[in-house]
Amino acid sequence: MARSPVAVILGGAVALAVAALILGPLAAVLWHAGGAGWPSPSDWSAVRFTVWQAVLSAVLSGALAIPVARALARRRFLGRGVMILALGAPFILPVVAAIAGLLALFGRNGVLNSALAAFGLPGIEIFGLHGVLLAHVFFNLPLAVRLLLEGWRAIPAERFRLAAQLDMPPGAVFRLIEWPMLRQRMPGVLAVVFAICLSSFAVVLILGGGPAATTIELAIYQAFSFDFDLGRAATLAVLQLIMVTVAALLALRLARTDGMGAGLDRPMAIWTDRPGLRVQDAAVLILTALFIAAPMVLLVIQGLPALVQMPAVVWSAALTSLAVALASTGIAVLAGLALALPRRGLYDSIAMMTLAASPLVLGTGLFLLIRPFAFPGNHILAITAVVNAAAALPFVLRSLAPDLHATEDGFGRLADSLDLRGWARLRWLILPRLRRPLGFAAGLAAALSMGDLGVIALFPPPDTATLPLQIYRLMGAYRMEAAAAASLLLVALSFGLFAVFDRIGRHADT
Amino acid sequence: MKHLITATGLVLATQAVAETPVLNVYTYDSFATEWGPGPAIEEGFEAQCGCDLKWVTAGDGAALLSRLRLEGEGTEADVVLGLDTNLTAAARDTGLFAPQTVSADYALPIAWSDDTFVPFDWGYFAFVGNAEDPKPANFRALADSDRRVVIQDPRSSTPGLGLLLWIKAAYGDEAPQVWADLKDNIVTVTPGWSEAYGMFLDGEADLVLSYTTSPAYHVIAEEDASKVALPFDEGHYLQVEVAGAVAGSDQPELAQAFLAYLASDAAQSVIPTTNWMYPAVTPEGGLPDGFTDLVTPAKSLLVPEGDVPAMRDAALEEWRAALSQ
Repeated sequence: MARSPVAVILGGAVALAVAALILGPLAAVLWHAGGAGWPSPSDWSAVRFTVWQAVLSAVLSGALAIPVARALARRRFLGRGVMILALGAPFILPVVAAIAGLLALFGRNGVLNSALAAFGLPGIEIFGLHGVLLAHVFFNLPLAVRLLLEGWRAIPAERFRLAAQLDMPPGAVFRLIEWPMLRQRMPGVLAVVFAICLSSFAVVLILGGGPAATTIELAIYQAFSFDFDLGRAATLAVLQLIMVTVAALLALRLARTDGMGAGLDRPMAIWTDRPGLRVQDAAVLILTALFIAAPMVLLVIQGLPALVQMPAVVWSAALTSLAVALASTGIAVLAGLALALPRRGLYDSIAMMTLAASPLVLGTGLFLLIRPFAFPGNHILAITAVVNAAAALPFVLRSLAPDLHATEDGFGRLADSLDLRGWARLRWLILPRLRRPLGFAAGLAAALSMGDLGVIALFPPPDTATLPLQIYRLMGAYRMEAAAAASLLLVALSFGLFAVFDRIGRHADT
Repeated sequence: MKHLITATGLVLATQAVAETPVLNVYTYDSFATEWGPGPAIEEGFEAQCGCDLKWVTAGDGAALLSRLRLEGEGTEADVVLGLDTNLTAAARDTGLFAPQTVSADYALPIAWSDDTFVPFDWGYFAFVGNAEDPKPANFRALADSDRRVVIQDPRSSTPGLGLLLWIKAAYGDEAPQVWADLKDNIVTVTPGWSEAYGMFLDGEADLVLSYTTSPAYHVIAEEDASKVALPFDEGHYLQVEVAGAVAGSDQPELAQAFLAYLASDAAQSVIPTTNWMYPAVTPEGGLPDGFTDLVTPAKSLLVPEGDVPAMRDAALEEWRAALSQ
């Protein structure tokens, strides 16, 4: 099916729909404003800060992910499966919950500062640029690890066996086998993390410690809500789009798509081991596990006591969120597959744009577009499902595309010679080899949709709510403990969805 | 026959709809949730109006005004409820509001005469902390102390903007210096009230910008008297929340009746323990227990609404310059 006319047309149609979903509302806001506005000097400093922290966050997350992913790829240990699964957790954590977890670990009354104080050592301060970076690494390091781990998995085990037979030192293994894979995957990983951090809003403001840490999204908020300058808000939204698109295109250019060649799909084995490597891998894995697990454990401790007396509305909101999440997973996976199959860079960049879409501008634009025909508040759950699906698309694509390329590069000629085309090629060659990334992608899409507050915050329906909205409502009504418990429920459900889909994918080992 | 029954049903249904006029009240989200005043006010008003009150919600007061501006003349709102005195000038400028005719014996700390907006509750911004901790008595003492405070961003939060105007109203040209002195006390700036208040409860800060009425929640709902508001001797900034009828409404009488109901004892007695603000008219039964021993500022500060737009832009620049260094 890949590169068949049907695939190209279908992919093109989906790409067009995604572009319309992002650009249509933007155009509506511009039209309503009667033209673009010019950003103020403080907006420009917000743009500079946003790019700077996003670049730092991407580089840090990507660099730290290399040793972690490699250690995970070459070691077999008890709990490895659990660790890989748990790596999905931080990324899908709702922002409120993640900040609470990080503060419980690194905050003034946090575990770390209490421990330091017990030893008579000075405390650490989390607020500032380093706090923002810490949070962004916490969110994105696991994502980067998962994406790179798939890269290591895609290297045929025969390569490493050959390296072991030739008694290659680790440096040579890295240069000859791992570097080409990283060269291919890393630009995409960096671009995704950069784009995520570019539109980060609450994390940056809260942990950044003050107005010096102002992001474009807050500048948009100010232009819109404080100054009611729609033109300026739209201009800033366009700037954000351009930056992410440039990053995506740059990533595509840098990522050389020469495949690893095909192997026999043997699981990777430990090749020539050295004690130094063993210690290094153990240290890397233990530190990562602590960094990822500690905030989550603290969240559980905080939320557990109030879990028993949660208001009934929380449960109904949880059901609503589940329905929305499943609907948007279906949309995201089908659309992602349609975009990935034609293997066109342009489609990839279009999907990446959704990462940079400002929820405020998107929501307002949708409101302006829908308002003449219907009351947006009446259809907010459907709108939320579609917008959440679009937001998950880049991750779906990012996890599907490399394996699709590898499959086509490795087996495409054989399939061609067998005249395996169209649906049959999809059914017998591509889907079986994509089951693992498909499961991962569906899990991510479901969990992200579950945890995302999204556009519903702009049109909160009085008679119903999603779980994230309900958490904000509880907090707004002073019910912080109930909110903490509801956050825990949200984390459990998001992670549960992710785990189920991911497990389906991973247990489909060929 | 079957078609006839269906047709009759449709006609009856249409008549039933026609007989029950719908009053669209735009408000902010927390007002209409099950913990807010919304449900009780809806029930009370529907019992007397023979109408269907429908809440349409936006995120907060500022979002409410934005929504109204986006919809313009075509808005379906009959009443807009939840603007505050920092937004009324901009709201008035839209020209979308009708004159109001409600008269009531308001218990506001200032004289209220407004031909457009009806006040329904009010409160003072204040720093809230723990009862046993040191209590700086003004901004300068706070700046000199080692107290850690968490505040909200004026660009995205109502209390955040309130603090900006509070310091500007109290200190005028010295406001930038006050902010500069406060800088090392400010732990961080959050997008909204909820995040800041949650961080304070978790012990991340000693003080949080909130309302003098916040301790009443802990006393009444949690029987916890450990939270107190700090009285500041330069006075406290006042927030009055108002509602107004929309001029283009197809239910002008109902809209006015709703504004009158809002100022009535039935609605006002619901406000304190649902919106955690002072009611605009003291209920016949008096204020609830937790409200009677709250801090009452010696002086109320309020920037006249016409001066707000220019003042907040200048104050925002000063705030940003002082805290960005």
